[in-house]
Parts: sequence; structure tokens; C-alpha cells
Amino acid sequence: MLNERVGVFVCHCGRNIASTVDVKKVAEEIAKHPNVVFSTDYKYMCSDPGQKLIKDAIRENKLTAVVVAACSPSMHETTFRKVCKDMGLNWYKCEIANIREQCSWVHTDMKKATEKAIKIVKSTVEKVIRNEPLTPIELGIKKRCLVIGGGIAGMQAALDVANAGYEVILVEKSPTLGGRMAQLAETFPTLDCAQCILTPKMVEVARHPKIRILTLSEVINVDGFVGNFRVRIKKNPRYIDVDKCIMCGDCEKVCPVSVPNEFDRGLTLRKAIYIPFPQAVPPAYVIDPNACLGLNPIICGECADACEQQAINYDDSVQYIEEEVGAIIVATGYELYPKEKIGEYGYGKYIDVIDSLQYERLLSSTGPTGGKIVRPSDGKVPKRIAFIQCVGSRDVNHVEYCSKICCMYTAKHALMYKHLVPDGQAYVFYIDIRAAGKGYEEFIKRVQEEYGVIYIRGKVSKVYEEDGQLIVQAVDTLLGKELEVPVDMVVLAMAIIPRNDAKHLAEILKVPTDKYGFFQEVHPKLRPVESVTNGIFFCGAGQAPKDISESVAQASAAAAKAIDLLSQDVIYHEPIIAHINTDLCSGCGVCESVCPFGAIKIVNKRAEINEILCEGCGACSAACPAGAIQLKNFRDEQIVSMLKAVL
Amino acid sequence: MKSNGFEPRIIAFLCRWCAYAGADLAGVSRLEYPPNIVPILMPCSGRVDAQYVLLAFKNGADGVLIGGCHTPNDCHYISGNYKALKRYALLRKYLKDIGINPRRLRIEWISATEGQKFARVIEEFTNELKKLGPLKLR
Repeated sequence: MLNERVGVFVCHCGRNIASTVDVKKVAEEIAKHPNVVFSTDYKYMCSDPGQKLIKDAIRENKLTAVVVAACSPSMHETTFRKVCKDMGLNWYKCEIANIREQCSWVHTDMKKATEKAIKIVKSTVEKVIRNEPLTPIELGIKKRCLVIGGGIAGMQAALDVANAGYEVILVEKSPTLGGRMAQLAETFPTLDCAQCILTPKMVEVARHPKIRILTLSEVINVDGFVGNFRVRIKKNPRYIDVDKCIMCGDCEKVCPVSVPNEFDRGLTLRKAIYIPFPQAVPPAYVIDPNACLGLNPIICGECADACEQQAINYDDSVQYIEEEVGAIIVATGYELYPKEKIGEYGYGKYIDVIDSLQYERLLSSTGPTGGKIVRPSDGKVPKRIAFIQCVGSRDVNHVEYCSKICCMYTAKHALMYKHLVPDGQAYVFYIDIRAAGKGYEEFIKRVQEEYGVIYIRGKVSKVYEEDGQLIVQAVDTLLGKELEVPVDMVVLAMAIIPRNDAKHLAEILKVPTDKYGFFQEVHPKLRPVESVTNGIFFCGAGQAPKDISESVAQASAAAAKAIDLLSQDVIYHEPIIAHINTDLCSGCGVCESVCPFGAIKIVNKRAEINEILCEGCGACSAACPAGAIQLKNFRDEQIVSMLKAVL
Repeated sequence: MKSNGFEPRIIAFLCRWCAYAGADLAGVSRLEYPPNIVPILMPCSGRVDAQYVLLAFKNGADGVLIGGCHTPNDCHYISGNYKALKRYALLRKYLKDIGINPRRLRIEWISATEGQKFARVIEEFTNELKKLGPLKLR
């Protein structure tokens, strides 16, 4: 440290720094530091001549460390570290003193700004002379990928990764692939039938030689690290042999138990032995263990008697599967905001008030009505129908964000209504129309102008019933008029929220979620599909509300990131990690308890760091009562000497 | 001592992911704030050891700011901000016990998009410390 030879390079950044900071004075002052053997200033340090200046100075002055006083490290740290590396210096023997964003750009008093710049440079010199030369840690990679969630995003990601030649394990919690999209009727803005474009994809996934599908399965534990995750999967019993089942339906006919069908969102009943929908993948029946009478104790057994294939096995049990993968893609999707939390629109109270997914089921040709719009209460065709947008969304009492897809699907719902009930009247109550997307605005215009759907700008205050008539009470904020609109049926565009078990999965994966429970990407603009945990990627509506096309695009993006990772033979891990001085460690275990990544274990009464799991946050360093754990290049003595340099 | 010309010295421990990036944004947005603060880049607010805060005061700082990511979920390292928050609560009590006004220690959650908040916090904190006057340790 004492024999470190530091060069300091003060950049003018044209006038960006030099107009507020006396760069020559900074260079002169820092030259007084005992370790600084060279210091200079230059107009543009990042330019080719600037870089050459640094290289020449390293050679001529035998520099062992470099400080560049310039813009934020987020701008040019890599640039200058490369310059130093080219000259044989270690990557970590170059540090940036940020005197632009955090000094010249925010102050006007030249004297004070110059004093501050000198302090910043001095503290950076104190740090760099104590920086250890570090080498990135090398690791091998398991060239396989786990995809969690078998909806459209998960399937797209699985296909992309598998098509690149890597094995994929696709884990789906429900008995079939397909996800939410399987429940939809038509898709906006082209009005393609959702099933027609989805089911070929499901078949493609099912037939892909590189994809292994695990339905009725959940990830229950993840250990390890990027390139080398160990995943434990719980596979719940189907009670049906998928290879033997020929989907004849004989079992279903004899089953005596009926329960609400969740696929139709309770609009119909299903049996205890059932298929979620005719095109389910894998194509096989499943027994709902909570509804079935025959599992334990055996008091029924009708379906097994009826099954000629002998595909039914009541003794089927939970299996635990261990897999090793290099990358994980999370595509867990969404659900609708719970209806119990919104009482004012009468959902759950009035049978003809339904949610948007129930309405999709009504529209669907394979749905409970075969694609007819009828009231759940009496089976009559509603002649007046109200669609209410932003139910729960953009509402401080519920969720503050915009659920993004509701404007578009509501327009589609209204259009489909007019297709099916040409003489009916549709009302859409909205706050704002958000139709940003290719062909979206045109779609909304078409619905308003060609189909005569009445759009009313205003939040609905309540839906109530008077003499058997549903009435929507609202204010038309464009006319400034209070309205009471009698209708036969109401459809609520419920807010989109993350699936209820997403939070638990986030804990298993050790990835953060945002305040609403959506998976949190590293950077919203520049790293939108990556998690903070290397090797874990997000896509689909589990990351934020988004429509099918965006989910598919994001799935391909996540797959590309996973493929990029899996295509490497070795990966490198940032070496700024915790280090233990075993002489000082008493094995108290405080570090183990504060580590958010499970990177520390107490072995033989001493803390041990898993270098790969350690992400370098330094929580352990701050917590260790003995100072036995130090974060490399953020060691106590470094920070203390930085402090002293500026005070 | 006249408090008029007093310029407090402030150390700001800024987490790399949020508060430091917020400070960068204040710069990019050219938001002026008092030059009394000297930033020290930290990997995480949870890395800020209690002893750094005490040493800063001992060595002449009039105020210490810890800047981290918003609770509950913005921390890049999942829970570092909460670790900082707990430490802050304890430090305030301790500072009071040793005769240092706990208002000299401040913790703020500043995201990478909150350049304005960063500038405002520094402005406020500097003004508050000017009112409190220089820290005199026996």
C-alpha cells in the first residue's frame, strides 16, 4: 500500500467539469498525496488521445494504480479499467472519482466545488491504494433451463431455449399447459381466436424432444447459483396414467361429485375427475383430490370401474424431483384482484355482475354457453350491458398502477357483444383510454365509431338493483352530469395482480418483488428481464401487467438471456465478495443470519463463504462483531481512510 | 461562535444502486444543492457499519447521511435497507446517549429516478445542520 504508485487524471469534460471545478488545482493538490507520483488534467480523458495519455503515464511512471476524476463510474468506469488492463494493471486498480454528476453539475461556486472535488479525488486515492488486485471467479455451467409457469410466456420461453438446443424443464402448477390465454375467447386487436393460436403452441411444446413438462408441479426449493442451480420440485399426483388415458370421458359420466369449474370461473360445474378443457396438454383426465370421494377412504371408486383403460390409480402419490439447471425463467402470470375487496359494484351480490374472465368464458365457443352472451341469472340475452374499467386499478384504495390490458380487452368485449347482439346497447365506463400499441388506437376508434358503443368518461360509484333492475350510477365527467344507467348485465375489468404464491416463490428464488408483489427486474429500462440473482430471468404478467404480444416478446427476451448464459462454457463471477479472517472469527453465526443469499455457513465453528453465492452486499461485514468478515475492496480500513481523507 | 458563516461537513454513504444513482440523476438534471456533502459510494446501505457513522462524527463530520433503496422491496440485495434502518434506529439512541443530537444522522430512501429528492434532502439536511451548528465533542 505504501509503495503504491498512483496516477491521477483529471478530466475537463470539455467545459462540463472545468467551468465549475478548477481542474488544474485539483491535479496540483492531489500531487501532494504521498502515493500520487503523477497527476495531470486533460480536456477529454475518455477520448483516444486522453486514453493514450493514461497509457503513456502508466508506462513512464510505472504506475500501480489509477484514479480518473471524471464523470460517474456508471459512464466510463469500464472504459478506463480497460485502458489500465491493456497496460497490465489489475481491473480493480483503477477507480473513478465522480466530480461531474456529483460535483461540477450540481454546484456553481467554483471555490467550494473545487474543494469538494479535491476531497472526492483524495478519498478515491485512499481507496485505490488499498484495493486488492482481484480475478473474476470462474465457474462451469449446467446447460439446462428451468421454466416456471406453463402459460403463453413460459411456453414461448421454453420453446426458444429448447430450439437453441438446450434441455428445458417446464414446471406448471395446474394440470395443463395453457395458462390464462387458454381461458380467453378472441384476442385484440385482430380477433384471432385465442385457442386457435394457443393450442398449436401447446402441442409444439408437448412434442418437443428437448422439453420435459411437469404439470401439477411446484418448485419448492432452489439452492446453488448461476449456472449451477439445484431445484427441488414437488409433483402432485394426477391419479391418472397419462399414457393410458384416451380421454373417452367414461369416468366423468359416472363421477357423482360436482364442484364449481375454476376454468369457467365458477359459471359451470365440473366433476371430481375432469379435464380442464378439451385441448389440455397433457391430454389426460385428472382427479381433484379435494373433491374425490374415492381416494381415502375408498367409498366410491366409480370412475375406476368405468375406465376400460385402467388408467386410474388411487394410490398415486406425491413425487419429489431434483434437477440441476444453469438458468431459471420465471413466468408465473397473474390473477384478478379479489372480488371480495370491491363491494360497491355488486360482484358476488348480484349474479349478473361478472368479471372480465367470466365474460371471456361466455364469449368462448367452448365455454359454458357455447359462445352466446346470456345472463347467468335467467339465461336471457342482455339488451343493455355495461363494461366498467379500472375496477381496482389506478385506485389508491386498491392498486395504484394501471393494469394496462383492460382498455383493450374491454373494447374487444364490447365489440364482440355487438357482433353477437347487434340490436343491444353497450356502455363502457372509463377513466382514460390507454391504447398504446400497434393497431390498438384504431381498434378502439372502430369500436366507438363503427359499432356505436357508448363510451362514458367517469368512474362508476356503484352498481345497485332496483325492482330487479341493475343500475349503474356514475358521473359523466365530460358532460358534468350524474347518470343512472339501467342495464341487464355488468362486466367488471378487474385489476391484474400477481399470483398469490408468487411472493413465496420469490422467497425460494431469493429475488425481490416490487411493492405489489410483481417480480422486480434489475433495471426497468436496460435490464428488463433479469433478476438481481444472476441466472434468473422474468417474463410475462408476473413481472408486470402486460398483454399477450408483450408477454411473448418478453419471453423471447428472457429466453435469449438464458441462451446467452447457457452458451458459455465458463462464467465469471464478480470477485468483490466477503472474505473471512478465520483467526478473528468466533463462529457466532451473526453473518449467516444476515446474509440474504445463504452464502455463509458455519462449519467447524468458523464462518465459510460460498464465493459464488456471495453477491457482495457487505451486510455480513457490517454485522460481524469481531470485524472478521471484510468485503473485498470495501474493507473497514478503506472506508475509514476514505472518511478521514474528506474530513 | 457565529453560526452565520458556518458550513457543515456532511458525509453521505450512498448505496450504489439507488441513492448514488439518484445523486447522479440530480447531476444529469443540473439540480443545484449545497456543496457541503461528500459522497462515499457503498455497495449497499446495509454495508454501512455503525462504526463508520461514529468515526465520521469523531473525525469532524457535522452530519451523516445514509442513502439507500426504498423499503420495502427496492433493495438490490433484498433486505439491506432494513438492516440499515435497524442500525439507524439504534444509532440514534446511542448518539443521544453520548450527547450528539440524533438529528445529525439521517437516513433516506432515494431511488435512481429521484434526483429531485436527492437535491432536496441535501438542501434540507444542510440547512438543518446549519441551525444545529458545528458538532462539538468533548
